[in-house]
Amino acid sequence: MYRQTDIIEDNRTTPEGEFVINVGPQHPATHGVLHLVITLSGETIKKVEPHLGYIHRSIEKMCESLSYRQFIYVTSRMDYLSAHINNHACALCVEKGLQVEIPPRAQVIRILMDELTRIASHELWWGAMAMDLGAFTPFFHAFRERETINDIMEETCGARLTMNYMVPGGVMQDIHPNFQKRVKDFIQLYKKKIHEYDELVTGNVIFQNRMKNVGILTADDVISYGCTGPTARGSGVSCDIRKIQPYEIYGKLEFDEVLETGCDSFARYLIRIREMHQSIRIIEQLIDNIPEGDFQAKTKAVLRLPKGEFYTRVETARGELGVYIVSEGGTTPYRIKFRSPGFSNLSVLDHIARGSKIGDLVAMMGTLDLVIPDIDR
Amino acid sequence: MWSFSEIANSMHEWLSKTFNPTWTLIIEMVIAGVAVIGLFAVLGLVLVIMERKVSAWMQIRLGPNRVGPKGMLQSLADTIKLIVKEGMTPAGADKILFNLAPFIAMIVAMLLLAPIAFAKDFQLWDLNIGVLYVAAVSSIMVISILMAGWASNNKYSLLGAMRSGAQIVSYELSAGLSILAIVVLTGSLQVSDIVHSQADGWWIFKGHIPAIIAFITFIIAVTAETNRAPFDLAEAESELTAGFHTEYSGMKFALFFLAEYVNVFIVCAIGATLFLGGWMPLHIGNWTGFNHAMDWIPSSIWFFGKTFFLIFVIMWFRWTFPRLRIDQLLNLEWKYLLPISMINLLIVTAIAILKWHF
Repeated sequence: MYRQTDIIEDNRTTPEGEFVINVGPQHPATHGVLHLVITLSGETIKKVEPHLGYIHRSIEKMCESLSYRQFIYVTSRMDYLSAHINNHACALCVEKGLQVEIPPRAQVIRILMDELTRIASHELWWGAMAMDLGAFTPFFHAFRERETINDIMEETCGARLTMNYMVPGGVMQDIHPNFQKRVKDFIQLYKKKIHEYDELVTGNVIFQNRMKNVGILTADDVISYGCTGPTARGSGVSCDIRKIQPYEIYGKLEFDEVLETGCDSFARYLIRIREMHQSIRIIEQLIDNIPEGDFQAKTKAVLRLPKGEFYTRVETARGELGVYIVSEGGTTPYRIKFRSPGFSNLSVLDHIARGSKIGDLVAMMGTLDLVIPDIDR
Repeated sequence: MWSFSEIANSMHEWLSKTFNPTWTLIIEMVIAGVAVIGLFAVLGLVLVIMERKVSAWMQIRLGPNRVGPKGMLQSLADTIKLIVKEGMTPAGADKILFNLAPFIAMIVAMLLLAPIAFAKDFQLWDLNIGVLYVAAVSSIMVISILMAGWASNNKYSLLGAMRSGAQIVSYELSAGLSILAIVVLTGSLQVSDIVHSQADGWWIFKGHIPAIIAFITFIIAVTAETNRAPFDLAEAESELTAGFHTEYSGMKFALFFLAEYVNVFIVCAIGATLFLGGWMPLHIGNWTGFNHAMDWIPSSIWFFGKTFFLIFVIMWFRWTFPRLRIDQLLNLEWKYLLPISMINLLIVTAIAILKWHF
């Protein structure tokens, strides 16, 4: 049985004067329905126990009863902040099974959307992270830029959060005629405003004191816990799927894998800020060079994957997302498993939080960039 | 020019003519009491709407703009909502302490209004230890927070109250020492004496760099003492949901809320009185014309202008800085502010003895 007892019996204290406190499932710091059972001694954290299951929708099981076209839409609801990239991973996996050639135009549109999503996701993270530390204003400044991206998405995809734009074989429809102009406007706006991010938060003494030498995550821990994405790169572990196993046309693009060796919260913070610059770099390379042609490859009306196992992985805003499909040759997958980045990143929380203060726990959760529906699925 | 003192004097004359001295005194006391309660409420409303407008301005949004002209009646509507709301007491709470705590917070805030000189000759109680009185009474505030945190029977509240206790007790030291710097320069604890000593120039200008250091220390310390961001650890909502007032609702919560804002007003008023000349207009040396023009502005406007400027600065802090951690907060006080203000006090004493100040 699920350990409901922790919620009820939280008045117990240990002989050493330690006591248990429930953070969540409804708490401002958890950004969703994560439930942390924290053992405290005064203000110092002795143990953190994440409890999941509050937003479990059995997405993997649901996907098994949906066709290869339909199941992609459900995955937008996993990591809702990088819906495009989730869809992209699933589309890639289905395409791998179907052995279809993706038109160059569709590839470029997909990457543009992925990178815009990455910027939007990191911007929301930046605002929420500052809010965890008690500064409210950055949240609104981050949303100013994020809204612009959402407007661009809305114009092309018709949705602002769960886009469902990538389909097996390409993208659902062609980009809006205004797309290129608006993306260029966004790049201008971004370059004009991004220095405010550093002025308001990065350079702040209080902020740096709160972040530096906090939540130390060594490279060994990263590997043993299976952390990926900016969380791992903050400890100097190179793990950008776009570099080590390029999909689509990432291999032909010029961008750097951002690495920091600080291993602390501040390193993880800097990684995401610098990743936004790299995403802008990728968008700048592609926005004027969208090739003409089809936006979708011709596929059959009913997709059937050959019997076998298929696995693809992509780099989402939070790390490595793996999609594993087992096909029996039918119209629906026999088994689907998602390897979500958030789950591994959350598992490291107890390790890095022990011995620090409650205030730091919130900062660490911020830098791990947890999206609970992604962890819980 | 009309000012508060003239209104007060004409009222006193009219009352003296109409009633005998005993009744005059009683009526004047009632008026003063009503004025304090009214001021308490009005200050709360004005400061809440001010905070919301300032934060909206800093956060590129509009803020309240539906109730009344430009949303100015929003906090009135909120107050009505809070008054009619049920004030719940949690099951495991210590009922007496839980219900008493918000009133202690409110009483402290009201008591602190007594020695403040709002305008020329307009002061409720000009006692000869005015500044000491403020420092002493404001310490009672921590008791209400500890009471609220303990009586709530909630671990978030308790943690918030513990943090608040540590914080207020530590920051009172440097707030007190920076107040003492001005007391040394003036040679008096009486608020009216301190204001009159600044007739030829405010202490922040007359007291050289030590006065400026004392002023900055004072602003930092009072921001911490009133539990305002970046020192709002007692109610850090991303960590402790709402800290010591997690379990409070309705008007009991509103009393804490109002007391916080009135305390902000009071500490800013003290800061304006000690460092920025209280209701004294800005005078520069022998610029007679300029000084006359400054005198023409009513003293109440000078006082409230300075106070609200300081309040704006404190609000500016809140909407800019992230929050400190508890150990960093205590480090800042015990390792930096306290030694700085102690050495500063020595320098100020030397300046006062050698009459180096202007």
